[in-house]
Amino acid sequence: MNRSEPPLLSVRNMITSFHTHDGIVNAVNGIDFDIFPGETLGLVGESGCGKSVTAMSVLRLLNPSSATTLGEVIFKGENLLDMTPEKMRLIRGSEISMIFQEPMTSLNPILTVGEQIAESLRLHEKLDQEKAWEKAVQMLKLVQIPSPEIRAGQYPHKLSGGMRQRAMIAMALCCSPCLVFADEPTTALDVTIQAQIIRLLDHLKKGSNMSVVLITHDLGVIARMAARVVVMYAGKVVEEAPVVPLFHDPRHPYTRGLLNSIPVLKNDGQTRLTEIPGIVPNLLHMPEGCSFHPRCSRVMDICTKKSPPMVHFMENRRAACWLVSDE
Amino acid sequence: MIHFLMKRLLSIIPVLLGISLLLFFMLRMLPGDPAQVLAGQMASPEDVRIIRIQMGLDQPLYIQYGVFLKRLVHLDLGVSARTQNPVIQEIWARLPNTILLALCAITLACLFGIPAGVVAAIRPYSWIDYLVTLASLFGISMPVFWLGLMLMIVFSITLQWLPAGGIGTWKHLVLPSITLASFVVAFIARMTRSCMLEVLSQDYVTTARSKGLKEKVIIVKHALKNALIPIITVVGLQFGLLLGGAVLTETVFAWPGLGRLIVDSILARDYAMIQGSILIFGLLYTLVNLLVDMTYAFVDPRVRYD
Ligand SMILES: Nc1ncnc2c1ncn2[C@@H]1O[C@H](COP(=O)(O)OP(=O)(O)O)[C@@H](O)[C@H]1O
Ligand code: SF4
Ligand SMILES: [Mg+2]
Repeated sequence: MNRSEPPLLSVRNMITSFHTHDGIVNAVNGIDFDIFPGETLGLVGESGCGKSVTAMSVLRLLNPSSATTLGEVIFKGENLLDMTPEKMRLIRGSEISMIFQEPMTSLNPILTVGEQIAESLRLHEKLDQEKAWEKAVQMLKLVQIPSPEIRAGQYPHKLSGGMRQRAMIAMALCCSPCLVFADEPTTALDVTIQAQIIRLLDHLKKGSNMSVVLITHDLGVIARMAARVVVMYAGKVVEEAPVVPLFHDPRHPYTRGLLNSIPVLKNDGQTRLTEIPGIVPNLLHMPEGCSFHPRCSRVMDICTKKSPPMVHFMENRRAACWLVSDE
Repeated sequence: MIHFLMKRLLSIIPVLLGISLLLFFMLRMLPGDPAQVLAGQMASPEDVRIIRIQMGLDQPLYIQYGVFLKRLVHLDLGVSARTQNPVIQEIWARLPNTILLALCAITLACLFGIPAGVVAAIRPYSWIDYLVTLASLFGISMPVFWLGLMLMIVFSITLQWLPAGGIGTWKHLVLPSITLASFVVAFIARMTRSCMLEVLSQDYVTTARSKGLKEKVIIVKHALKNALIPIITVVGLQFGLLLGGAVLTETVFAWPGLGRLIVDSILARDYAMIQGSILIFGLLYTLVNLLVDMTYAFVDPRVRYD
């Protein structure tokens, strides 16, 4: 990571709302974060806190008839949210790409794996049919799929979940993007396969200068790969810190809760120490004040009335909690 | 594939046997006496009795069925009581007309129905979607004979562009094809719309978008190709129905096809003719189904017949 350079991507006060039958839902509710060239940023939070919607909003992949995104997403000096659809389209897949959570459903069942990689290469890199195919095979090799020449010609149903996710990674990386969103790339896989995929991502990342936004609710994965972590809760950023301080000295009670619920290996296999009590609030009926207060063990009077401001401290940390503000 | 084909072709035999059995006994439960119909209202009871014996109608039913089956094995469908021609010859004369009309109608229906459904699905709840929905509603609910007559009045009688009926040139095909296609085009458009909506919400379409592909490529290559799998089933079934369901259209436009032959035969209690033509329908229908199943293998790589 190089922080002397300007950020590659800056998200400023981004709000994404869905128009649902029950009303307007702010799935992402005013978030800010930066991604610097070459770094791996972890985006963590419980399921439903708005991680995927954040990534989809940046790439403008949400259906405009049901979702609206406001704010700014500055990429290489330009606001992606203001860009013409045509210009945005050319950035997708070539400069910013995405790895999805579900390898089983994210590949087109009636196109060969090779074709699904090659079509990107023909489009963005202007390769001809033959060159694109060769490069697709190379990409499959790069993601360590055995006998890539054969696999390229096969349809996704012939591949295992882990192999499909490798193919998905090959697809996302084939045009050498400078930014990749990896949305829970291992969640749908077996534990052993998970480790392999993370190792692969780590390996691919080290050999390049691309930035990765690693979205996960698995702090073990974060500890392994990310340099900096943004913690989200109910559509907002609640804490940000470099990975080591975050693990050793979390400031937001929600982050503490997440860290306490990391599974540790006991004699009987994996068990959770503690879950954060309570449930994620309904986006239609957000609690007043701090949105975490119904579940917070350290809730104070003010927490139920006023929402805590974001406080920056120690050069590169920030948190939104009255406990931090009081210090 | 060959093995699969042989198995499927063989399995047609019990299906046809079932049809013939059901048909044979159901026909004979109908009121009305074919010998009487053939002899005419004025015939004496003695004449009717002689005709009945000639036709074998005095035998017990199971013997009649046995005779029918024995002839069937030799591809002999009997002789039409109404025209005294071999049934197979009558059918053979009309079958090409029926197939031609059904092919034209299904082609028209696909040509208009699939694009209409796609366009509606791309912009759901837009004016164009409502237009397609409205047009489909018309197509589905319009009585065939009424549509046929209207087309005839406008294009044959008033404008005199097209012949009002009969068979011969491509011009004779236009109005019956449109009439016959009207329901199917609407049905296919509705089906395409819902299949496309379903496919467009799939994860792999989002993946395709995330790669920056052109919208056209996403719609046609990634979405429509997947949606075609269920659409093919519907088109196949509708084609099968068109082969047999053209009675009204054939009547309005005096089109010499199988549908009218069946109706005429039923009115005349022409057992051999009815049995023959319905068996042929059954055969065509099962063949169309087989064809549909075979097309799956070409469209969907997950389907393999080995
Ligand atoms: N298309 C949609 N319509 C309405 N609500 C949505 C839609 N997509 C996501 N949401 C809501 O937005 C919130 C955040 O979802 P998501 O970003 O998928 O969470 P996660 O952090 O698990 O990735 C959830 O409450 C979800 O219900
Ligand atoms: S602001 Fe209050 S309720 Fe919210 S996390 Fe901090 S202490 Fe808990
Ligand atoms: Mg998610």
